[in-house]
Amino acid sequence: MSELASRVLTGERRALARALSLVENGHPDGEAALSALFPHTGRAHTIGVTGAPGAGKSTLVAALAKALRATGKTIAVLAIDPTSPFSGGAILGDRIRMTELHGDTGVFIRSMATRGSLGGLSRSARDAVRVMDAAGFDVVLIETVGAGQSEVEIARIAQTVLVVEAPGMGDDVQAIKAGILEIADILVINKADRPGADNTLRALRMMLETGHPALRSQILSHHGRLMNVEQSDDRTRGLSPLSEMNGALWIPPIVQTIASEHKGIDELLTAISNHRAYLNADTHLQALEQSQIAIELEDRLREALLSRLLAGLHNGEIDSLIAEVQARTLTPNDAVGRLLESARLRA
Amino acid sequence: MAGEQPIRVLIAKPGLDGHDRGAKVIARALRDAGMEVVYTGLRQTPEMIAEAALQEDVDVVGLSILSGAHMALVPRVRELLDREGMNDVPLLVGGIIPDSDRPGLEALGVRGIFGPGTSTDDIASYIRQVVTTKGAGAA
Repeated sequence: MSELASRVLTGERRALARALSLVENGHPDGEAALSALFPHTGRAHTIGVTGAPGAGKSTLVAALAKALRATGKTIAVLAIDPTSPFSGGAILGDRIRMTELHGDTGVFIRSMATRGSLGGLSRSARDAVRVMDAAGFDVVLIETVGAGQSEVEIARIAQTVLVVEAPGMGDDVQAIKAGILEIADILVINKADRPGADNTLRALRMMLETGHPALRSQILSHHGRLMNVEQSDDRTRGLSPLSEMNGALWIPPIVQTIASEHKGIDELLTAISNHRAYLNADTHLQALEQSQIAIELEDRLREALLSRLLAGLHNGEIDSLIAEVQARTLTPNDAVGRLLESARLRA
Repeated sequence: MAGEQPIRVLIAKPGLDGHDRGAKVIARALRDAGMEVVYTGLRQTPEMIAEAALQEDVDVVGLSILSGAHMALVPRVRELLDREGMNDVPLLVGGIIPDSDRPGLEALGVRGIFGPGTSTDDIASYIRQVVTTKGAGAA
């Protein structure tokens, strides 16, 4: 095992920080550390916190971490902020709301930029969570970027997903649209002392009552997949009935909080531990993990195949096809057909 | 996905004065220069700054100090960084620093002192130069 990995396993903070950088940068040493650490993962409870910008995610994460610390649990926080599409730079400002956690060696906070990813996380978030898990933290809190309606990737890496809403952010039609609300295991109305909190509560209740409680594994396998893959992929789709057969569905509770005043946090902790108990009952957690792994393998396969295929093309091959498509002498679909054919001939 | 990794910078505001406009301008300028800037807000103790630098594994720490307490704060931050094994992380200071204090800070290994009127481009290129000369940064 690499020296770095063994230092991470003993909980050495500088090693953990360095390992996270190497993993984030796709450095070979990071990959080696990850392989060594992988067998030590799967113990932490991973909790995702998502919601619109300004809903209070960072403040809620700080309050949650503090309350969880009081129960003796150790906490790692992965806080993600957006990368500028123009400069490639980022301002990572989530720590501003987390200063109350300072000086506690049972807490480790790391900020990460999206670096071009669009799903609300960064490309290496999943692996960063694994490093934190292996370092022995009981809970890993993952804060997504301020999310809109379709940044649902957090559901692919967290065991429990909190969707944070604030009052006054839309009518009841917003609440029945597809997307981010569907991935919630727990709905949080933060800033619950603000005007309009009742309306938000009513809209979310209505959403829950009019809909079927969705199965997370089903949601997972429906989001962001290529059509043809979905049609041919019976094995992963077969996972949904598995959790259906295991009986009781989880109905997301709605918890009202005022995170800046630490109000409602105990109720939120109860909801989280109820969800944890639900996952541990029957095979819910295994089913969730199984579908998350299926999606991860598919993601990685897609990436690997694409980069291999691109590497196998001649210089300028794509450019000439672009010109043909632009001249309307070739459809985009046929252009891809030709690229595939050309890559296959050379393989 | 190898290639250029963004430089990670911690911009911190130690001490008790409540003016962080300068720190925010710098943070924004470094962002526009393609860096990842961890900004931790006002009234940070040296302990908080060293802790954040460690957890965030930054390449550089920049302190914004307007209160006049730099001769107390800067040595303390440097000492804590060194104690955590971050001897190789350069410290930059911005704000109101009298010329007479510069030699003292430089003796502590402070690599850049930027007063009012410094162009943000100069700071960005200074950071880039300091980070590349200290090596690849990995492991």
